[in-house]
Amino acid sequence: MSVKKITKGDFEKFVDALIKAEKTIGVQAKGDRFDFAPLESAKDLRLDYDVTLQPPKKFFLPPSEALLTYEVGGSYQSQCDPEPFILLGVHPYDMIAINQMDELFQQDNYDAHYMARRHGATIIACDVARASDNVFASSMGTAVVKEGYDILLTDIGDSYVAEAATPKGEQLLAKAKGAEADAKALKKRDEVWARNRKSLNKHELKCDVAYLPKLLDKAYKHPVWEERAKTCFSCGSCNQVCPTCYCFNVQDDVSWDLKTGTRCRAWDGCLLDGFTKVAPAHEFRKGRADRFRHRLYRKAKYVPEKIGGQIACVGCGRCVGACLPDIANPVSVYNRLIDDLGIG
Amino acid sequence: MCECCTEKKDIYLPQMATVADISQMNVTEKYLRLAMDDGQFDFIPGQFVEVSIAGFGEAPITISSSPTQTDGLELVVRKVGRVSGAIHNLKRGNKLGIRGPLGNGVYPVEECKGRNLVFICGGLGLVPQRSFINYVLDNRSDYGDVAILQGAKNFDFRLFTPEIEAWTKRGDVQMLETLDEGDARWKGNIGVVTKLVSKVETDLKSAKILVCGPPIMYKFVLMALADHNVPQENIFLNLERKMKCGVGKCGHCQINHAYVCMSGPVFRYSDLASLPEAI
Repeated sequence: MSVKKITKGDFEKFVDALIKAEKTIGVQAKGDRFDFAPLESAKDLRLDYDVTLQPPKKFFLPPSEALLTYEVGGSYQSQCDPEPFILLGVHPYDMIAINQMDELFQQDNYDAHYMARRHGATIIACDVARASDNVFASSMGTAVVKEGYDILLTDIGDSYVAEAATPKGEQLLAKAKGAEADAKALKKRDEVWARNRKSLNKHELKCDVAYLPKLLDKAYKHPVWEERAKTCFSCGSCNQVCPTCYCFNVQDDVSWDLKTGTRCRAWDGCLLDGFTKVAPAHEFRKGRADRFRHRLYRKAKYVPEKIGGQIACVGCGRCVGACLPDIANPVSVYNRLIDDLGIG
Repeated sequence: MCECCTEKKDIYLPQMATVADISQMNVTEKYLRLAMDDGQFDFIPGQFVEVSIAGFGEAPITISSSPTQTDGLELVVRKVGRVSGAIHNLKRGNKLGIRGPLGNGVYPVEECKGRNLVFICGGLGLVPQRSFINYVLDNRSDYGDVAILQGAKNFDFRLFTPEIEAWTKRGDVQMLETLDEGDARWKGNIGVVTKLVSKVETDLKSAKILVCGPPIMYKFVLMALADHNVPQENIFLNLERKMKCGVGKCGHCQINHAYVCMSGPVFRYSDLASLPEAI
């Protein structure tokens, strides 16, 4: 597969050509923050961003989507015919989150709704140019990414190194003006990778990330869950901004004529009160501390058991910023457990 | 064309079924017999279906009939909310959607062969248990002694009374019934179902015990079984949760690491050591 060096000027032209050809979603400024949104001009693209407000999961698992349509009292039809799109500027930690979601939505029972969107997407990832306030990807081993994207971009100053990783990426990259990346450009890229492996670490985990499941094996009854959850609003913000949270609810909406409707799925959150409620009124995970613990166990124990040990916290740091009472930071909880319980 | 219309099956798409029979069982429960529109429906006792009423939603309901008895499936639904309310309004001949059968944790049909069985049911717990009870009774010679312990809130909440009477009269089943609150119509046992455990005639220690009931019941039943030194390997619990998607994705039924819709709903008690949220 090709590795090209593309000047920033030529890259802008390349992006404008992409926008003309296909629906292109890229990172843009939103006030003094950043977010993914449909691009109208390459000038709006901000690959120098630190972190986006929302992870890109919404393009594969929308906050609300129609799974089926139905006639009241009649039969059901599957709904999924997503428009293909290019997703431009996905950071390595978010790419790793998407790779994990791909595995989760394919395993056991194949989710055609998620996968149709995923297959319709062309992902152009980009290495982090600027660390966000709360990123800890270096601690989680997610500061650089080696798979899942179609093209990977790395900012090396006046140019980008662009490497195609799939036939789709190769085809797209062929349209960009640029020579094959030389040894000097590749060296600069290696330097970016080496830098990011260390510097995306505003919160430093005190153990190897692979140790987390073992740490949690002995932490189930630790007081930290109650202590932190005392000020938890059960608002679910940590779930909402998390690139690896994928729990959902399903409900029927009826149209105005009362004859047809859609069965929709919408994001849900395990921190929300009522998440485990069954009829008539029993709630299985009623305590705030139990729900708080469940989220952190999902990230570092339960989900990893489903995806070959990969830790399902990718260190984006969004939950740290989104949590009003400032209790969501996974590193702070895990470090507290290490302090009390030790390693090994 | 998208994938769910072409290559892959849509795991959220219900199959259509017709209400072949529906009747009021007691003050809150309705009985339904369904016929799948595309024919046969194969399942194992313990499996559940997502029942779908267009415009109202879906609800997970464990199948109450035995695969040995009907072509379709029988369900018992208590009216507690939107979907169950809509199910109660169905008439014979109406259509509804079914996804399933779902659940990989089923009754240990094979493992129980040659063994004495004790079914402990509380209230609606009889509904899923009935699937395996009738399976056992239809293959009676494959199994040892059978005891059925059924507890109901009061006389008006009793379920499957003609069937219970038939089980009582068979002579090869020890049927024990109790009501939490008795009245003039009731001459039998009074008190919670755990009180019946010591009345079981078969040897509890070597029997397979199958338990289903309201959440509060499990602790007391397990304590009673521990008093009789029943090994945990021999106890099976039906842990119904809110299986919203039924296919291991949505997260609602998760007990620690286990998704009830995938690993259950029937669990072996000794496997629950790593699942403190189970009971």
